[in-house]
Amino acid sequence: MTMSDERILHRARPTGTQVTVSRSYDVRSDDDLLTVRHAVRAATVECGFGLVDQTRVVTAASELARNAYIHGGGGTLTVELLTRPGAGGIRLVIKDEGPGIPDIAAAMTDGWTSGNGLGHGLGGARRLMEEFHLDTRPGAGTTVTATRWTTP
Amino acid sequence: MNSPRPTGVPILRLGDVLVTGLLNELDDRSAVAFTDELTERIVADSARGVLIDISRLEIIDSFVARTLMELTTMSRLLGARVIVAGMRPAVAITLVELGIQLTGVETALNAEQGLIALGWQRTPEGPGRDHVR
Repeated sequence: MTMSDERILHRARPTGTQVTVSRSYDVRSDDDLLTVRHAVRAATVECGFGLVDQTRVVTAASELARNAYIHGGGGTLTVELLTRPGAGGIRLVIKDEGPGIPDIAAAMTDGWTSGNGLGHGLGGARRLMEEFHLDTRPGAGTTVTATRWTTP
Repeated sequence: MNSPRPTGVPILRLGDVLVTGLLNELDDRSAVAFTDELTERIVADSARGVLIDISRLEIIDSFVARTLMELTTMSRLLGARVIVAGMRPAVAITLVELGIQLTGVETALNAEQGLIALGWQRTPEGPGRDHVR
């Protein structure tokens, strides 16, 4: 479910990065996970990513959205299309208001899981994306920001 | 006891082999229901082999990977050999980068190769040979 669709957002970014499109989606049900996958796939195509990069980004989005849904009690995914000189990119911002991640190092380790996955979600998503930022505090939720750029 | 929720995923029987495929639209709950349904069919049909075509799966994330691994183990415990066939190259690359090896899951390039591995063979000669897929 699209919650917002704002185009041509100009934000000050140190690298000359501009956000051209920003769309937000609820992540609160199984159906939402499917919706998010479709939306991110469409965004990667819009960005001009090749098939393998599309698959990387959609898979990372699926991992992060499921984390927010299962561990964070639901949240939102914002998909931003980016431009900077010579490249386009996509940024995923996954935000939940759940319990937060008490031990970030453990949560990033492959094989560590507190849910029903394989424990590759966070670490795997980080490897599939080029820039990865995790912001979490116990009781204050978790926000993951992950970006991948097209190669010219 | 509890009858599985129908997933809409067809499971066909060819002799002692069950043939099925996962669709891209499969959500988490349906994936679990599919596991229940398939294991029940293995017992009901006395299947010795299961071919799962995944050529339509555009991504495999850690949840789907876990489902495939569990399905393989459950089927083996029931005496059936599972072959997962037709993984897309982009999916294989992404799985490796995710750090997932699908340990214990047998794979084949495509459904035909998978069926051959499960004991199905092309007619060595004759007009019907191209009909096996």
